Amino acid sequence: MLTVDTLLIFIGLFFLTVAAIGVIRLPDVFSRSHALSITDTLGTFFVLTGVAYQGLTLADVKVFLILFALWHLNPVISHAVLRAALRNGVRPWVKEKK
Amino acid sequence: MFTLYHFFFLFLTILILVYMYRVFQGPTVYDRILGLNGVSTKAILLLTILGSLYGRLEMFVDIALGYALLNIIGGLAVGKYLEQKRTREC
Repeated sequence: MLTVDTLLIFIGLFFLTVAAIGVIRLPDVFSRSHALSITDTLGTFFVLTGVAYQGLTLADVKVFLILFALWHLNPVISHAVLRAALRNGVRPWVKEKK
Repeated sequence: MFTLYHFFFLFLTILILVYMYRVFQGPTVYDRILGLNGVSTKAILLLTILGSLYGRLEMFVDIALGYALLNIIGGLAVGKYLEQKRTREC
């Protein structure tokens, strides 16, 4: 039986699956981070909103606190890791010319 | 009885296994850090789903909040350390 909260979690799981496929399939660390960071943040929003949908108790407010933390921390972490990668000599992948 | 929340739980576990492939197989150390970041995000979602499954969200959400704070410490600290170290091969 499909209610609003399970529908939101299903949408979030779709985005998380897209992020996982991108992490497996893409060629270098920059494009992998592009797939992981953006799509993962959106999927986290949908899943946590679906979990907190039932009521507005203190636990649901804490779920939104987790959402606030993840929304700000996920881009910062991937930016720090990618800046370290770029400064340590990892070159971005380009398609070689024929 | 197999509810939808059991399905969500199993699905997130399978996604964690997919990320663990990248953690073990990644060519550079940055791939491994990104994979661990994805794994810890999935673990936070898994804890909240588990709280909804057992009907005790108010207990599990505190653990998930602590895990989210550990995530920033781990990711940022390792990222800044590797940026400062200037290693070419690892």
